[in-house]
Amino acid sequence: MPQPRRNAPRRPIRWHIAVFLAPAVLIYTAIMIIPLFGTLNLSLFTRGEGGTREFVGLANFATLFGDPRWSGAFWNATWNNLWFFIIHMLVQNPIGIALAAILSTPRLRFAAFYRTAIFIPAILSFVIVGFVWKLILSPLWGVAPNFMDALGLGNWFAPWLGLERSALTTLALISVWQFVGIPLMLIYAALLSIPDEVLEAAEMDGITGASQFWKIKLPLILPTIGIISILTFVGNFNAFDLIYVTQGALAGPNYATDILGSFLFRTFFGFQLQLGDPHMGATVATVMFFIILAGVSLYLFGVQTRLRRYQF
Amino acid sequence: MTTRKTLILSTAIALCATGTVAQDVTLTIESWRNDDISIWRNQIIPAFEAAHEGIKLDFQPMAPAQYNSALNSKLDAGTAGDIITCRAFDASLQLFERDQLSDLTDLDGMENFSDVAKSAWSTDDGSQTFCVPLASVIHGFIYNTEIFEELGLEVPTTEDEFFAVLDAIDADGGYIPMAMGINDQWEAATMGYANIGVNFWRGEEGRAALIAGESRLTDDAWVEPFRQLARWSPYLGRGFESQSYPDSQNLFTLGRAAIFPAGSWEIAGFREQADFEMGAFPPPVPAGTEGCFISDHTDMGIGLNAASPNQEAGRAFLSWLTGSEASSLLANAIPGFFPLSSAEVTLEDPLAQEFLSWREQCESTIRPFHQIVSRGTPNLSNESWTAAANVMRGTWTPEEAGEALQTGLSSWYAPHQ
Repeated sequence: MPQPRRNAPRRPIRWHIAVFLAPAVLIYTAIMIIPLFGTLNLSLFTRGEGGTREFVGLANFATLFGDPRWSGAFWNATWNNLWFFIIHMLVQNPIGIALAAILSTPRLRFAAFYRTAIFIPAILSFVIVGFVWKLILSPLWGVAPNFMDALGLGNWFAPWLGLERSALTTLALISVWQFVGIPLMLIYAALLSIPDEVLEAAEMDGITGASQFWKIKLPLILPTIGIISILTFVGNFNAFDLIYVTQGALAGPNYATDILGSFLFRTFFGFQLQLGDPHMGATVATVMFFIILAGVSLYLFGVQTRLRRYQF
Repeated sequence: MTTRKTLILSTAIALCATGTVAQDVTLTIESWRNDDISIWRNQIIPAFEAAHEGIKLDFQPMAPAQYNSALNSKLDAGTAGDIITCRAFDASLQLFERDQLSDLTDLDGMENFSDVAKSAWSTDDGSQTFCVPLASVIHGFIYNTEIFEELGLEVPTTEDEFFAVLDAIDADGGYIPMAMGINDQWEAATMGYANIGVNFWRGEEGRAALIAGESRLTDDAWVEPFRQLARWSPYLGRGFESQSYPDSQNLFTLGRAAIFPAGSWEIAGFREQADFEMGAFPPPVPAGTEGCFISDHTDMGIGLNAASPNQEAGRAFLSWLTGSEASSLLANAIPGFFPLSSAEVTLEDPLAQEFLSWREQCESTIRPFHQIVSRGTPNLSNESWTAAANVMRGTWTPEEAGEALQTGLSSWYAPHQ
């Protein structure tokens, strides 16, 4: 029976790994992990008589999902949020991919100008974007009604931001307008990184033009599209600013534009005579966290692992 | 609480020990009235500082919509200013109950206020008062005198006359009859529902009955104002669904709309913006009712942060505010915010005088959903915003709106269960 060698030199503890990791770990813990657990913890308490904190277990979650008013507002916000996301996936990302494909064709003139122009809204503040579009669409002073009148479409104009059936879609499209530059840039970079040899080989085989895009380029940029989808998902389910800027905290008309972010804001901080409830607010925040976690996990384990990657 | 007290104590000791107690105490004033910043800095603060050596004031307003939540957070964190502008009713009452506002019951000058004026900042039994009542706002309608003259219109006093005037402006076609939008929702509830509703629920009588649970929001007294609002929509001009409050103000001050359902707080802004003569009339009386009512809403009080180290200076400032000099300054500097103090006050603005004169003819009441019935979740006052806007948009019938508000109130308020 072989004895372990006693006098073998032990590997020294590699302190430098811990030392180099420490700053990142400490900062991340302080500003992300502790607040996250603080929120989860807060959602398990409620404010008792006389301002004391009382542990209530999962009662806040039971209220959120069981009480018809809370659950009505919550599901309304969730469905609205889903619709907000669907519009982005159906409009923003395809347009972004199409624009990137057009911009990456070598013979296009002024490509740099278009690229910059399309990307500029993404660096504007939400406040500016919301205010500008509110003005454009204003039935009183906006250019939209006059412009449509000039085209003979005046009767088609409606105060879109004030109507329940159109307000959310309008806001989603405004957000698409603002952020279409992000998928454009990412896809554009991915398209440029496809080696010329691959494309030349395709041309040798007679695959050119549109079919080259569908058969060669699109499969090669699928991983990037996956990343864009998940970024869109996280961004949309955390969205709040645009709604607050254009429609206020009550997310009118009749809560038609209420998404999880605005619902959380109203619950946590209160609004006008309604005082804020940090505990219910933390409950909503926790549920949002789990919704986003579920979405991201679904992507990571369901989609990401199946994406085929090509090495050049 | 104990940590805060310890903190104050140790600060005080530290100040005494070093022997460098500052000659000038600076009191920071928290307020949501960022519109009034120049009035405070140029008129009120110099007037006070001239009379009180050693006390300096610093007016630090913020955006109205953020005020309540921001103030609560600041008070909890111990970073709020010394002087706190008080919202009416429960928002401030809660602060007092949490020991964040000082008790001002025995403040010099508090005897200048009636119990009604103090009601918004007193405990439910009226035994303790924690804010000095500063101002009230009165609802009514402001109209463009030039348009009325041009079209030969008389100022309406009854509901029928009111709609006849609206029809006449509409028929002329040159002006939008009434400037109001529902994008921000609160216009519909405040300048619409609370404004005209007082004549239907008969002021304090109806308000008390609602609080006592004797009258329900599905009763005619509370649904009829919604029916009136639904009748307003055709007169509001194109796209009122997405017209915001500043849009409405601009429409009126640019002379494009004839009537503005208003609160008296508009007077100062309209005086600056509009270059035409303006008049005002109280909410028109429905046929077959006796007497008239106005919404004379206690809107603004001012109190003292209990955690402030400058209690003495703060009390000196607050008791100065109860007096005749401060009341006149405030009332004339901010026309449309009417003093609640019984100290002698003369108003210079004729439009403000017109609003104030209604106090003599009509009975005053406050907005119906502010005291007691907005204590729970869902909040009746906030719900009424959505309800009034929905009725004007045609999403809900007036009856559905009453039903929805009643269901919300019944879900938590014992007298209605």
